[in-house]
Amino acid sequence: MYKGGRIILFAGLFVLLMAVPLLVNLGNATAAPTPNVDTPAINALSEKQCVESTEYMRSSHMQLLDEWRNDVVRDGATDYKSASGQVYEISLDDTCLECHSNREEFCDSCHEYSSVELYCWDCHDLADAKQAN
Amino acid sequence: MAARNEDRERSRDGSMERRTFLKAGALAAASAVIPLSACTVEGAAGAEGETVHKVMKTRQWGFVIDVEKLNASGVMDKIIQACHHAHNVPDTGDPKTEIKWIWEDDFEHSFSDIDSEYASERVVKLGFPLLCNHCEEPPCVRLCPTEATFKRGDGIVVMDYHRCIGCRFCMAGCPYGARSLNFFDPRPYIDDPNPDYPTRSKGVVEKCMLCSERIDQGKEPLCAELSEGAIIFGDLTDPDSPVRKALSENFTIRRRVELGTGPCVYYIANGGEAHA
Repeated sequence: MYKGGRIILFAGLFVLLMAVPLLVNLGNATAAPTPNVDTPAINALSEKQCVESTEYMRSSHMQLLDEWRNDVVRDGATDYKSASGQVYEISLDDTCLECHSNREEFCDSCHEYSSVELYCWDCHDLADAKQAN
Repeated sequence: MAARNEDRERSRDGSMERRTFLKAGALAAASAVIPLSACTVEGAAGAEGETVHKVMKTRQWGFVIDVEKLNASGVMDKIIQACHHAHNVPDTGDPKTEIKWIWEDDFEHSFSDIDSEYASERVVKLGFPLLCNHCEEPPCVRLCPTEATFKRGDGIVVMDYHRCIGCRFCMAGCPYGARSLNFFDPRPYIDDPNPDYPTRSKGVVEKCMLCSERIDQGKEPLCAELSEGAIIFGDLTDPDSPVRKALSENFTIRRRVELGTGPCVYYIANGGEAHA
């Protein structure tokens, strides 16, 4: 191959360069956070059950919240009937955060770990606004 | 053929044949993809439960405001404060960036098209409560490029703040000045936040939502409730509603009717006989 040695050399260097972020962080992985569900409202529940199963909430809570948002804001719907037949009020502030009152340890810890920026709290959950004043 | 390749490879003295190099590259790329396939999310199931959808009754909410009665009772400031407190409307303290859902202005500025320099002193000194007119044909809804503002089935022109991109077309289109932009994060400008209602964020347009959250619970809007009977609220399409009764008994005016927006806030303009 014409100038084969140099091609292989620079191909190798290119791969090395692209892999720098992986190599630098090798072995530095922090343990994935476990969402904290230790709040007074959850501890008071006889059966610790969210609006849907834990597996569903873990994988698809973002789709559920997106649906809730559209249904409540655009259609004026207020109730959600879960798979178990239980009816919940559609509200981030009054339903979700009523139990998960520790959003720093519950929501934010995982989202920070996975580098997903949440902008829910720009408007919802006024805990921050109280601190600012 | 194979023998010739072998010969060539050998003849280059240790350097690689191009075809072999490409094969090795493809193999390396494939082996790099395999570990990535482990990154897919497991157990992402479809929706389990569902939202209980209610059919919203088709109607057109509206107000009939007895301005003289409202001025006489002196509850205007109380109404404005209560509305702005309940909905976390910030007070920026600067008319250039002010945010208002309901506010007061004089006849000249509320009805500039029918004002004259010889207007009755009694009318000139009145304070008119101004708010979003929840138009039948809202220009803001036509202009919004993201459908962030839209007309609900019951006639309320509402905002979906999640969708607003802050382009301010709606502000340019609204003939009533009922829309305000959040030029900055409003939270530091809310003195006494109401935790039961969300705030807005920077770069979002806001306006009166006709207390849609109260209406969904079967309550009257806050301004009507606090007005001591001066602000009448009801369904304009229902001939038996209190607003239609008030409209049939009084001479009323609306702001900028000639534009064809169909404003739904009526102001009673009595000749001075009533409430005198």
